[in-house]
Amino acid sequence: MSEELFKQMAQSIIDGDSDISAELAQKAIEMNIPPLDAITKGFVVGVNYIGDQFGLGEAFLPELVMAGEAMKAAVATLEPELLKLGEARETMGRVVLATVEGDIHEIGKTLVGTMLSASGFEVTDLGVDQPADKIIGKAIEINASIIGMSALLTTTMVRQREVIEEMDKEGLRPKIKVMVGGAPITRDWATKIKADGYSEDAVGAVKLAKELVGKA
Amino acid sequence: MSQKNIKTISNPKLKLEVLTKEEVQKIHNATLHIIENVGVRFPSKRALEIWEANGATVDHEKKIVRARPQLIEDALKKCPPKYILGARDPQQNLPLDGNHVCLGTDGCGVEIIDIETKQKRTSVLQDVRDIARVADATPEVAFHWVPLSAQDTPVEARGLHELKAVWENSTKHVQTESIYNVHEAKAAVEMAEILAGGKDKLRERPVLSLMQCTAPPLGHDGGSLDAALIAAEAGIPTGFMTMSACLTTGPATLAGTLTVGNAEVIAATALLQLAYPGAPVFYAAAQTASDPRLGVYTGGGPEDFLFGAATNVLADFYNIPLSMGSFATGAKEPNWQAGLEGSLSTFMASVVMSDMLLGCGFLHGSRIWSFAEMMMDCEIFSIIHKMMQGIVVDEETLALDAIAAVGPGGHYLAQKHTRNHMRDLFLPQFLDRRPYTQWEEKGDDARDWALDKARKILKEHQPDPLDDKISLEFDRIIKSVEK
Repeated sequence: MSEELFKQMAQSIIDGDSDISAELAQKAIEMNIPPLDAITKGFVVGVNYIGDQFGLGEAFLPELVMAGEAMKAAVATLEPELLKLGEARETMGRVVLATVEGDIHEIGKTLVGTMLSASGFEVTDLGVDQPADKIIGKAIEINASIIGMSALLTTTMVRQREVIEEMDKEGLRPKIKVMVGGAPITRDWATKIKADGYSEDAVGAVKLAKELVGKA
Repeated sequence: MSQKNIKTISNPKLKLEVLTKEEVQKIHNATLHIIENVGVRFPSKRALEIWEANGATVDHEKKIVRARPQLIEDALKKCPPKYILGARDPQQNLPLDGNHVCLGTDGCGVEIIDIETKQKRTSVLQDVRDIARVADATPEVAFHWVPLSAQDTPVEARGLHELKAVWENSTKHVQTESIYNVHEAKAAVEMAEILAGGKDKLRERPVLSLMQCTAPPLGHDGGSLDAALIAAEAGIPTGFMTMSACLTTGPATLAGTLTVGNAEVIAATALLQLAYPGAPVFYAAAQTASDPRLGVYTGGGPEDFLFGAATNVLADFYNIPLSMGSFATGAKEPNWQAGLEGSLSTFMASVVMSDMLLGCGFLHGSRIWSFAEMMMDCEIFSIIHKMMQGIVVDEETLALDAIAAVGPGGHYLAQKHTRNHMRDLFLPQFLDRRPYTQWEEKGDDARDWALDKARKILKEHQPDPLDDKISLEFDRIIKSVEK
């Protein structure tokens, strides 16, 4: 019985259907299936499948994003049960994402957030136009392993350096790693401002984040 | 009318119908529906006040404006259909009249392939000067879009340093997308007024035009809106560019992406007309399709080429000039992909008579400047320029006398008719037509020749210098903006 349900769970992720994945999560609770089992034996199987297909160039980015959304919906439904049982889902680490102060361009950063979530990171996305103290404050508050910053303008990318300098001043590194991105960001820039890494796209950002938390 | 040392496409013989009248009307209706029901974000206090004063519905918390179709349509009717882009040298003024396609340099890049070392590096102010000087000497380049970010200048006045650098090194018109706050916009207007010789003179001969990027989907940047309003007030031609991309910032369908981008552009254009009726405005676009596997900005591909042709149909519908993205390529070096994407995008945008093309010189999704690429892009433009003249059929070109004189057999090499018309044929600079063995011996190609040409221009070309007094005035204005 539960084997069949696990299969449906995986399929709901592959189909990127948040309504069905949430429904199946609820069903699992009603059937007294341990929530961690529902996640690892059911939903995660679907995430891994889409991830593999994406790696092979078979699945497209929107399918990956929708799988991520469906996964989020399932986990959100199961979360209260996990809390009740005092269990925690194992995550890859916590990440704070933000577009730096003075900059409102966030499509790439948002994409990175979705991809990181889909890959098992716990992502807090602060949105756009975020000053250094907000970004650093949030990272300390949630005990983040990584701060990810984006910028689209050469006039705002200098803010990335300010955040890193402030972190150094407060002695937060290397405990918290920093990754940077955005259209004008180059490897030279990332090296110059002493970021721990940079990526040109969302797929590369996931790979980088895994390396930074030592789980590549 | 022709312009000194500038080659533009005009009086085209080729035509292309990419959208029917009914299809354009459908896109327009859908656009108005979006603006009225979904709304567009205008995160600027001033913009929201203007909208509200004109009867639009304003959600101040979310900064979203919803406007009735009538309000948008009436505002758009106030756009001037024709005007000129002024140049430091008035003989280089460009008519935006629907009958001229003017090529500019590409803009807003962050790196350059160094002309001497051939290594990629971060762009600096001297690069802006060098590119302006090469463009000044190159007839295919009709105007400048500030090509690279001068990353060795203070951020708060960077856009102004860049403008000064171009004006000091060229007499052609300058467009910038790097002025996006009130302080810099006011300073840029002041600089343009000094260059044109006064406020009224600037309106007659706007030596500067301003472009602002939209923040898709359906949004704008507050600083950009404020800067655009300041420019429009001064009579500086101002345009909003949508870079809406299928899959990410636009729907997966081409019609959907055209429409959502159209809503961004015409809503902002209407705002400028509500504030300053009759202000010179233009439509700007560089839509693309995100790569389905990587999600990245592509700059190139069949979708881009179709957008390149379709957008001018929309701009014509609104009767305003268009600045169209062309020569965009994802290629990392001047190669097959760069040639392919440059040619098709520019052909499609030119055949429908887009007023401005942006632009030549970039690689890797408009990030990396290459002088070789610039020169080869210019050759592509020249080829398209030639093609657009089409085939002239009249008594002279039918050449019946020459055909009779040669008869069956023989050749046309010694005919007077041949001598009269041989120079009508296109003479390439960079197409390799040499014997195979010569190529084998030399081992060089278009890229080497293009680079040599740019080097030669940099070494030899002295642009008409800018009056020292004006330069000093520029310095004073820039200083006042720097912290």
